Amino acid sequence: MLEASNLECVRGERRLFADLSFRLEGGEMLALQGRNGSGKTSLLRMLCGLTPAASGEIRWRGRPIAQLGDEFRSELCFLGHQNAIKEELTPLENILSTARLAQEPLDEDAALAALELVGLLGREDLACRYLSQGQKRRAALARLVNERRPLWVLDEPYVALDKAAIELVAGLVGAHLQRGGLAVLTTHQVVAVPAGRVRELTLDDDDTAQQRLRAG
Amino acid sequence: MSNRLINWFRYASPQTFYPLAGRMIPWFWGLAAIFGVAGLGVGFLLAPADAQQGEGYRIIFLHVPASWMSMFIYLVMAFWAATGLAFNTRLSGMMASALAPTGALFAFLSLWTGALWGKPMWGTWWVWDARLTSELILLFLYIGFIALQAAIDDPRRADKAGAILALVGVVNIPIIYFSVQWWNTLHQGASVSLTRAPSMAAMMLWGMLLCALACWMYSIAVALMRVRVIMLERERHTDWVRALLAGRE
Amino acid sequence: MLSLIGAVIGRDLRLAMRRQADIVAAMFFFIIVVSLFPLGVGPEPEQLRRLAPGVLWVAALLATMLSLPRLFADDHRDGTLEQLALAPEPLALIVLGKVIAHWLVAGLPLVVLAPVLGIQFDLATDALAVLTLSLLIGTPALSGIGAIGAALTLGVRGGGVLLSLLVLPLYIPVLIFGAGAVDATVTGVGAQAHLSLLGALALGGVFFAPWPTAAALRIALE
Repeated sequence: MLEASNLECVRGERRLFADLSFRLEGGEMLALQGRNGSGKTSLLRMLCGLTPAASGEIRWRGRPIAQLGDEFRSELCFLGHQNAIKEELTPLENILSTARLAQEPLDEDAALAALELVGLLGREDLACRYLSQGQKRRAALARLVNERRPLWVLDEPYVALDKAAIELVAGLVGAHLQRGGLAVLTTHQVVAVPAGRVRELTLDDDDTAQQRLRAG
Repeated sequence: MSNRLINWFRYASPQTFYPLAGRMIPWFWGLAAIFGVAGLGVGFLLAPADAQQGEGYRIIFLHVPASWMSMFIYLVMAFWAATGLAFNTRLSGMMASALAPTGALFAFLSLWTGALWGKPMWGTWWVWDARLTSELILLFLYIGFIALQAAIDDPRRADKAGAILALVGVVNIPIIYFSVQWWNTLHQGASVSLTRAPSMAAMMLWGMLLCALACWMYSIAVALMRVRVIMLERERHTDWVRALLAGRE
Repeated sequence: MLSLIGAVIGRDLRLAMRRQADIVAAMFFFIIVVSLFPLGVGPEPEQLRRLAPGVLWVAALLATMLSLPRLFADDHRDGTLEQLALAPEPLALIVLGKVIAHWLVAGLPLVVLAPVLGIQFDLATDALAVLTLSLLIGTPALSGIGAIGAALTLGVRGGGVLLSLLVLPLYIPVLIFGAGAVDATVTGVGAQAHLSLLGALALGGVFFAPWPTAAALRIALE
């Protein structure tokens, strides 16, 4: 369903990777690994259509995502490096307003249930700026509980989380894969996902990373 | 048709455009010199002194072409900007950045020579005339464009952001010009109208046209030189620039 | 579509309410700048009456500049802007919602304050009414056009100063027709034409500006 062919990423004057191709079907997860600066986040942003690839193409259900536009975005859930959490709002307000902006309104009970699952019940009325890093990350991840869009793109979902929360997120991703969804995520730690098939991709080719840009 | 399209895009690649521009530059400099000498010759030696303004009017041989060029270059910049956004060609953005300083220079020259002209004519350096005011705003727009591009480190992003600004500017210029005219007619008492052009002898017109051509050729030559420098700077890590520099040493 | 715009407006207003200090600061800036002019040019009522429209309008432009940098910067910093850019609706609609919210928070207070400040300048009642009306019609254009500048300078070095450099020249028509409307009332010409043109600018500013703004935001996110 998600297919990348010959992707090339150039940041400034450095070519981070080139000739990167993969294919992902329903129920599969792509785990991206690599040291800092190897282009993991850039690849995720390319897959979302935020950053254009220097060359190569990304197809969703057989069609280039640049052509699909809104159609593609309506099937995509992206969780970036930043939490997209408003410090001034409470976790409950955050999750409700995110859902409303995504045009998938959530009722308050469902939102509270999601917060309970990520362990933030009792904090739902506290402005997010009073939460710890891990709690903010949990508030951001609470989105995933009710998320039914087929493609999840998650940047470092496990960062700042404790062991229990990591298992919980792995469980959410597993359930998503079981429903036939796809997931692409970057990680520095190997976390077992309870269901679905996992493909691994390592962006650690030092030669490629060091290689200077050669444009023709 | 498709063949011709491919040919065009071939020249849009810096690698092929760089030597082409290098070959064209001397020709444009030459033409600029010829037209400039001819225009100034006609303007200073052949054209008669103006009945009302005496010799002082001769500054229009620089003033009017500079004003024309400042407006025209903004349009060309916007054209390159639009092409760059539409076809994602690297050369377009470079052309827009290469043109901006020349446009700003002409806008400044137009204001400066306007002031020099105004002093003997109306006894004041500056009047809030509709044309002068619009020219001043045009200079602001150029400066904004240059400042925006200078503030963005990534050249691709700088090109695209500049392109959007140039397009927004070009849509706004007629609105700004119209509003300034409107404002000017309302405050008529405060200013002297420049719009009453002195009746012009044929020689004066010829001198002005030749000078305009000289400015035109000069703009092209300078823009090409600047675009060559921008190319080298931006593509300094590519093979063709390295080969070029190696060949030169 | 409307529900999306509504959701954006609702969210931005709620955020602004949690940060009222910003709104109040911009309002006091407006008040202070306007109050400085009589101190600079002298208190003769005749002169002040002539200066009032220009002073109030220029101060309104500057006060708007004060709140513009934050229009997208906060969303950019915390990653919300990416989420908005990935929404399945056109980004320009979201921008439209944010422009409307910005006007409600930054433009409308100026409109409310203007008649009070106009009294300082000894403006007659009809001139005060037209001043308020011209600000009411004109300030949405300031938010719309300003959004383009805010998006272009997002995450750029020296963004705030650069923003004024880009946006203020584009504000000139709004200034001319806005201040001109009050002038025309004072001199007895009638403000109808000015206000109509101002309305046209506002419509253009609010409904066309979101498109280049959205394009600029996508470039900033690359």
